[in-house]
Amino acid sequence: MELQVGIADYKITRDPGRLITLGLGSCVGVSLYDPLTKIGGLLHVMLPDSTQFNNVNRPAKFADLGIPLLVQELQKKGAGGRRLQAKLVGGAQMFSGLDDSLVLNIGQRNVEKARAVLKELGIKILAEEVGGNRGRTMILDTADGKVIVRMLGNVQKVI
Amino acid sequence: MNDRELSAGELDALQEISNIGMGNAVTSLAQLINRRVEMRVPRARFLSFEEVIALVGGYEELVACVSLRLLGDVPGIILYLFDGRSAYRLVDLLLGLPAGTTDALDEMAESAVKEVGNVLTGSFVSAISQMTGLRMITAVPLFAFDMLGAVLSSLLVAAGRIEDAVLVIETELFPDQSGQIKGHFFLLTEPGVITRLMSALGF
Repeated sequence: MELQVGIADYKITRDPGRLITLGLGSCVGVSLYDPLTKIGGLLHVMLPDSTQFNNVNRPAKFADLGIPLLVQELQKKGAGGRRLQAKLVGGAQMFSGLDDSLVLNIGQRNVEKARAVLKELGIKILAEEVGGNRGRTMILDTADGKVIVRMLGNVQKVI
Repeated sequence: MNDRELSAGELDALQEISNIGMGNAVTSLAQLINRRVEMRVPRARFLSFEEVIALVGGYEELVACVSLRLLGDVPGIILYLFDGRSAYRLVDLLLGLPAGTTDALDEMAESAVKEVGNVLTGSFVSAISQMTGLRMITAVPLFAFDMLGAVLSSLLVAAGRIEDAVLVIETELFPDQSGQIKGHFFLLTEPGVITRLMSALGF
């Protein structure tokens, strides 16, 4: 079974399930996986830092709120905090051009924030497929925690 | 004014303004590629991110996107989206190559597609600005060629417009009667801007 994770959202499932999020650009996909219980979660964040906004209605939109929330929800389902392994995908710079205000490199800031938050929570990042200028689809397989990264032109990587 | 509180009359007026603006724009494109360009009457409505994606294709569909920011009295974002094959056909037309020549976008092709965005936007903006007397400035075009979901989400996030539904004025362009080229035009703006447009038009 494959569950789709929308933008600014997260989902949790267990073996034998897969979680997929489509078309990550500057957004970052964060997968968290517990190899013992084979429970995994996938989060699709848009922005690094919620403290810059007054009106925060969806914590999963932000790396600083979404990651702790996913960890908490995983723990409720029995996944161990210390066993969780993270993988990061996305954070690309999709547009080229000279209009600085639209090229703020949100992708890079998303990646940096996600790393910092994970570090603070003591969660190890096992693998990353981040940066660059390609859009990516991310699939977490809860059988073994492998993450499949799909790009256009029949390019596929397993991390 | 709340996002969803534009009246039917206001949306109609907005569509009419866009129709005139885009009519002017497709005439310029027709001159540029020496072909008739067909356009559907633009529609103004509020759409969520998912609805915009569904209108154009799938999340993983290859698209060429040219985006220009509007500054001045009518701030917003204009974008043009062409699916991959349409982008290649458009480049063939622009560069005077036999149909089917282009099968990847190099720097030359990229600037040709950007130029289409420039020409369309320039005519669109000048028509509306003449009609309303409002000051409108366009920034330089940005370009992306990749998955629709990745391109569109990145653009909307950077513009701070992914919150809820966005006011979208959209139409399809058919620069080729055989239907081999299909493009989408979007103007993303906010209700406050519409009020300004309306009062400039005497509503």
